[in-house]
Amino acid sequence: MYDVRMMTRRSVLQTGLAGLAAAYGLSGCGSDDEPAGNGSDGAAAKPSGTVSFGSNYSDELPKKALQAALDGYAKSSGVEVDLNTVDHNTFQEQINNYLQGSPDDVFAWFAGYRMQFFAERGLATEISDVWEEIGGQYSEAFKTASTGLDGKQYFVPFYYYPWAVFYRKSVFEKNGYEPAANFDEFKALAQQMESDGLTPLAFADKDGWPAFGTFDYLNMRTNGYDFHVSLMRGDESWESAQVKTVFENWRELLPYHQQGALGRIWQDAAQGLVDKEAGMMVMGLFVGNQFSDKDREDLDFFPFPEINPEHGQDAVEAPIDGFMLSQDPENEDAAKDLLTYLGGAEAQSVYLNVDPNNIAASTEADTSSYTPIQQKANELITGAAQISQFLDRDTRPDFASTVMIPAIQKFLREPDDVDGLVKSIEQQKKAIFA
Amino acid sequence: MATDLAAAPRTSGRRPRRRVGRLTTADRVAVTLMVGVPLAVVLAFIWFPTLASIVLSFSSWDGIGGIDTIEWIGTTNYEQIVTIYPPFWPAFRHNLIWLAFLALVPTTFGLLLAYLLDKQIRGSRVYQSIFFLPVVISLAVVGFIWQLVYAPEQGLVNNVLGTTEQGNLINWLGNPDINLWAVLVAAAWRHAGYIMILYLAGLKSVDPALREAAAIDGASEWYAFRTIVFPALKPINIVVLVVTVIEALRAFDIVYVINRGRNGLELLSVLVTDNIIGEASRIGYGSALAVILLVISIVPIVVFVANAFKEES
Repeated sequence: MYDVRMMTRRSVLQTGLAGLAAAYGLSGCGSDDEPAGNGSDGAAAKPSGTVSFGSNYSDELPKKALQAALDGYAKSSGVEVDLNTVDHNTFQEQINNYLQGSPDDVFAWFAGYRMQFFAERGLATEISDVWEEIGGQYSEAFKTASTGLDGKQYFVPFYYYPWAVFYRKSVFEKNGYEPAANFDEFKALAQQMESDGLTPLAFADKDGWPAFGTFDYLNMRTNGYDFHVSLMRGDESWESAQVKTVFENWRELLPYHQQGALGRIWQDAAQGLVDKEAGMMVMGLFVGNQFSDKDREDLDFFPFPEINPEHGQDAVEAPIDGFMLSQDPENEDAAKDLLTYLGGAEAQSVYLNVDPNNIAASTEADTSSYTPIQQKANELITGAAQISQFLDRDTRPDFASTVMIPAIQKFLREPDDVDGLVKSIEQQKKAIFA
Repeated sequence: MATDLAAAPRTSGRRPRRRVGRLTTADRVAVTLMVGVPLAVVLAFIWFPTLASIVLSFSSWDGIGGIDTIEWIGTTNYEQIVTIYPPFWPAFRHNLIWLAFLALVPTTFGLLLAYLLDKQIRGSRVYQSIFFLPVVISLAVVGFIWQLVYAPEQGLVNNVLGTTEQGNLINWLGNPDINLWAVLVAAAWRHAGYIMILYLAGLKSVDPALREAAAIDGASEWYAFRTIVFPALKPINIVVLVVTVIEALRAFDIVYVINRGRNGLELLSVLVTDNIIGEASRIGYGSALAVILLVISIVPIVVFVANAFKEES
């Protein structure tokens, strides 16, 4: 039938081009993978359809807990939630690409300057109408943390958690340790642990951000909350005597930190705490993720010790995690409905039932079902004079990721060259904040 | 058969004799498309971004606003990179070390493997498969595998050496003095297999008669290799060199997967990514870093192209 002799180069080219054109045409058909809800016409009173949800809750326990909260929503409303989970650290690093590409309708993010930065650039939709519904459940401080630089709200809080010095009660009882109230007691306690064969402070900084907790607390205890916030905003010099004192204080503690931190992730360091090989760890309440349910009852914390009596233990580092609405959502009505649900006490309680290593942001959440450690964390935060978010949420993201992560890692390798280090940070800060 | 050359040529596709330059319309369309489409693709995806990067490297832009939000700042980015950006000079050094290491160690090891496996020993096919297997694994997976091998407390190397206690722990990936070399071993593991296959193909082209003649004359194996085999591999050497330079300058995946390219594993490609795709979004700064990497890459390209054209003429 088909005569091979007739197959000239020309005919092959024609068939090939026809094939390409057909393939291109077909690919154009399949671009719409998200069925859009009827959010755009606004006439429907009850939201429906599908809402896409970008989440960074990649560790096992938070992932299960979030799914439980979303299942609760799917049952009560008619809306289907399409959950996309991305690895936690990767999500933050890709956020620029993600928000400028085709982001999910609702995405997980953090309060503080890190949220205001992206809201200011128009990458999120303002949700003041959602806040009109849920505003009654939140204090002024939470509303401020959720407000963008233009005075409108962009963020719905979900949960928060304090950073503190965590330990196992059984280890402290067995060796007769007492929580340290000030810096000298802290050093003495670490010394004692070392002579008892424990690693005093479990420590990991391969991902760069865990060490920020220690830095933030040392800064707030040494120089006070106002100086810390000012420094994060780029209004103070890193070469000032105050900052150098912070690094010198840290240098005194460094011998008690776990060796080889730059090659270890925080989950493995927390394992040392679980295995009773380490005595303490400066970490957030989510360190409980690494404990089994039974072991978690043995977990306890004390607030980071006082260094300068003028500042005492006033400030607490308690980052708020929550959700935002992306700039051009496919199903805006349903997405706002979902955000209202997540900002409410019910969703937060369902979440905390599965992942009890956080505290509900809503003041109407039922705290009677809290474990003892959650109650203690709740009291710590509500009693705090000032609350900070975390270094990488209180300052510009480009400063935190390109300058501070390598700088702190360099300090951990070479703790003696503080002058050179702060000079380099100050020069880069001026270049970025300019 | 005499043909009247003054007559117009017939347009039948079967006639072998055709005057150059007299193409039919259909032919012209075909040629235009066959040259034009790839040209357009190369211009759009290679030349345009390169030129845009060079232009943007003189700006300060966060990539989010429109083009009118670009702020032109001259050579400030370059000055900052060279003077106050701590990861830059280590990254520059590491890129050059990576290039030198790949050219010297896995390449010669690949050649040795190829030479040995060319001898038709028993099971040579099996050995070839074993050595080539890492090549088919993507570099990101290579990074992941070696991360497990090098893990401080749980990894294979430390447990075999017995160095898992806090006192004598060897921190392969966390110690900036040794982690680059640890990662280079992982890269060489993959690269050697690649080179081995290239040289195996090249060795097939060596005339066995010459080798026999050398053996009869009593030449040692090393002498025969130096004078007969290696010169015959010259065309393969060029390919191997190009491949090695490409792999070295392209190095990114292994390092990124292990620790995002920090703490001793800095590379220029990772710095570009950190500044452009990471949360930082400093397009101008990242473009300046990319231009520096481009300049480094152009040097071997120019050398290679000059060499290739010189030979042709």
